[in-house]
Amino acid sequence: MPTVSMTVNGKKVSGEVEGRTLLVQFLRENLRLTGTHVGCDTSQCGACVVHLNGDSVKSCTMLAAQADGAEVTTIEGLADGETLHPMQEAFREHHGLQCGFCTPGMVMSAVDLVKKNPKASEAEIREWLEGNICRCTGYHNIVKAIQHAQTTMSA
Amino acid sequence: MYDFAYHKPSSVSDAVAALQGAEDGTVIAGGMTLIPTMKQRLAQPSDLIDLSGIGDLKGISVSGGTVTIGAMTTHAAVANSPDVQKAIPALAHLAGHIGDAQVRNRGTIGGSIANNDPTACYPSACLALGATIKTDSREIPAEEFFDGMFSTALEEGEMVVAVSFPVPEKAAYIKFPNPASRYALVGVFVAKTADGVRVAVTGAGEGGVYRASELEGPLSSNFSADAIKDVKLSADGLNSDIHASSAYRAHLVGVMARRAVEAANA
Ligand SMILES: Cc1cc2nc3c(=O)[nH]c(=O)nc-3n(C[C@H](O)[C@H](O)[C@H](O)COP(=O)(O)OP(=O)(O)OC[C@H]3O[C@@H](n4cnc5c(N)ncnc54)[C@H](O)[C@@H]3O)c2cc1C
Ligand code: FES
Ligand code: FES
Repeated sequence: MPTVSMTVNGKKVSGEVEGRTLLVQFLRENLRLTGTHVGCDTSQCGACVVHLNGDSVKSCTMLAAQADGAEVTTIEGLADGETLHPMQEAFREHHGLQCGFCTPGMVMSAVDLVKKNPKASEAEIREWLEGNICRCTGYHNIVKAIQHAQTTMSA
Repeated sequence: MYDFAYHKPSSVSDAVAALQGAEDGTVIAGGMTLIPTMKQRLAQPSDLIDLSGIGDLKGISVSGGTVTIGAMTTHAAVANSPDVQKAIPALAHLAGHIGDAQVRNRGTIGGSIANNDPTACYPSACLALGATIKTDSREIPAEEFFDGMFSTALEEGEMVVAVSFPVPEKAAYIKFPNPASRYALVGVFVAKTADGVRVAVTGAGEGGVYRASELEGPLSSNFSADAIKDVKLSADGLNSDIHASSAYRAHLVGVMARRAVEAANA
């Protein structure tokens, strides 16, 4: 069994996995970081989005072994203690969630967008969310939340 | 997903050796197609050879009117490359509209063309631009590389190393995305090159990507959308499925081709 080592939310971790262990399984089952969700398991819905070396990726469609040596950030790694990340705060403020199932992936995807394209237009935000499916909100408040975070993340 | 032995070689020759030494080995690039396929147990390799540790397979270079892209270069890297945006903007546009942001952060050009999904975007760019596919052992013209859906000229154990695209005078790619998957329901890549106009169609043909000669003729004498507005495209040999009938696809090929010519001229 391969051993994988990576940095998750700033902490060095390692563990024994099978070749076929998915990154999301490693995060949820080995590390008990259950904030990263599995919605579809078929790379469609984006509930499992985490950051890998600064880029958003679907952790259900990646092997833990492929993340060996990488820096991974999950939803648990965003807040600073009790202080929410500006994107989390914006989702709270603008009702960017209802059931909350898609939210970890939405937030991780949105943070990647605002880092890469801080001035993204509404159309660009909607296009970026192509890979994140929400069955509750109708997206409207998610987009508003991201637009709000565009101002607070740069502040 | 069945288990397998995982390897991460650091050179092309080690990867080829690992592949040839395995009972039933497969290479993995971005995994965007292969991992879902393995989850469904449609593929069950004994060994998985991860190409991500091979630095030589990544990167983009432009020289002498040719853009060369390493097999492991992600769609996001191609889309965001100032070199590609300048030399072949249509190619950067194509890469930037594959799937979604997370798919583009992992999926690679090598994986896309080796897979030759009949609805994938890159094969149309390769065919229309007259690309050359470089493998670990030879160079294959795009014309000979794609041979039927999910099928290529790659031999067992042969690996794509890079793809070279000659820079055209003008080009554009327009797709009608399947609203659920973003793959091309129909995608048309037009290129005006020194040797004439080439039009490649993806998403429509039963045998995968193909060149639409009925459109290339009129466009070669007059590169304008008007030149092809009266061309009647046959539905023979086009796919019919729950998403679209062959007749509708034939119609879309004409519409996408006209839009692509307009975009190339814009
Ligand atoms: C939700 C979603 C939406 C998508 N939308 C689109 C779209 O709109 N347009 C589009 O074109 N594609 C789309 N794709 C497919 C995407 O572009 C994939 O990235 C691509 O098809 C496969 O690339 P990969 O690097 O992930 O390859 P992998 O999945 O790792 O490999 C695919 C196949 O190619 C082989 N292979 C990989 N690299 C090499 C190599 N260097 N040499 C030889 N064989 C190799 C593998 O063995 C495997 O059989 C989508 C995928 C998903 C999940
Ligand atoms: S669980 Fe990964 S994309 Fe849906
Ligand atoms: S809030 Fe329920 S799925 Fe998005």
